[in-house]
Amino acid sequence: MQTGGAISTATGRSARRVWRGLGATLGPCLLIAAWLGVSSGVPALAQSGGSDRPTFELIDHNGKAFCGAALVGRPYAIFFGFTHCPDVCPTTLMAMSNALRRLGAAGDRLTMLFVSVDPERDTPEQLRRYLSSFDARIIGLTGTQAQVAAAAQGWKAFHNKIPEDDGTYTIVHSAYVYLMDRANRLVGTTGFEDSEEEQAAKLRRLID
Amino acid sequence: MKAITLVLVAATAASSPTLPLSLCAAMRLGSPPRAVAVALAETAADKSYKVGLLVIEAPWTRATPGGAEVGGAYLKITNTGAEPDRLLGGTLPIAAAVEVHAMSVTDGVMKMRKLETGLEIKPGQTVELKPGGYHLMFTGLRQALQQGQPIKGTLQFEKAGSVEVEYRVEPIGAPSREGAKKERHMH
Repeated sequence: MQTGGAISTATGRSARRVWRGLGATLGPCLLIAAWLGVSSGVPALAQSGGSDRPTFELIDHNGKAFCGAALVGRPYAIFFGFTHCPDVCPTTLMAMSNALRRLGAAGDRLTMLFVSVDPERDTPEQLRRYLSSFDARIIGLTGTQAQVAAAAQGWKAFHNKIPEDDGTYTIVHSAYVYLMDRANRLVGTTGFEDSEEEQAAKLRRLID
Repeated sequence: MKAITLVLVAATAASSPTLPLSLCAAMRLGSPPRAVAVALAETAADKSYKVGLLVIEAPWTRATPGGAEVGGAYLKITNTGAEPDRLLGGTLPIAAAVEVHAMSVTDGVMKMRKLETGLEIKPGQTVELKPGGYHLMFTGLRQALQQGQPIKGTLQFEKAGSVEVEYRVEPIGAPSREGAKKERHMH
């Protein structure tokens, strides 16, 4: 994310000074949020008619900051899971890969997100390796526990860590893929319980 | 005639999960068999094993995504005896452990838990471990499971003891053993 240097010459000199100052102290997501005039840290409360733009701040599987605000004006699908999930997550990711493949180039008009609710184990590198087995358009997201919790809160994507005897743990989480329109409204869900045709149809409706 | 029937049955068994319907369709259309003769009793998909009075059918698992350290495995167990038994887990050379887990999805929330005392199979009962329900969990995988490359492991039962089985490896995220055959997959 560029800071002061990215600001175009259309803005005045004083604005550029302010931006440089901001850039020095705030993270890139806050910069975008400030630019768009949205206060950061407020979860996207799509179901209760909340913010019209997603505001989570996470890190993608390439290690780059990913700001929810970057999704403004784009439909997206978001799914919460973790790479130590043997069943639902690989199945849902494969289903979404197949659905994206059915859409072909049209699938580029939506963003598909896989957010880890297990950031302790799911580093960007772990996510990158995992997602290399699925459609390249799926973006993996992780971050700190707080960042992930804030993102999940927006969809009430309930997740819990259950400690096992041997010091490991497993995660309880929502199995839905949430479908969000361009105005950040939850318009539906899909997942492994839908047929392949239905999954592709739901994604297509998002981009129409 | 018998030989042709055998071949046709095997071919349709290989191509569709609903054997009787496909057999009739194949015969009606007169379509040539897609596969050469395969042993009826045991296709690659349907290995079965006996240990004590337990019958274990069709163990299968899925290829694992890159870097995945866990995998799920599924099978059917029938207790033909008069005493209950329990599936405790097993071993797999490339995994640190093989555990038994229960999974349920309620109102869209997925819950998974390890069954510390294993899974009971009552006399006369058939228990099916399948996606979305009970499964074996391979943990600490040291290498990826590859589609089409079966792997051997053991199952451990409380009374019947240990038995070696071979798992067929379906594609990543295959929704079911049969469903894997119907879908096109990413590679």
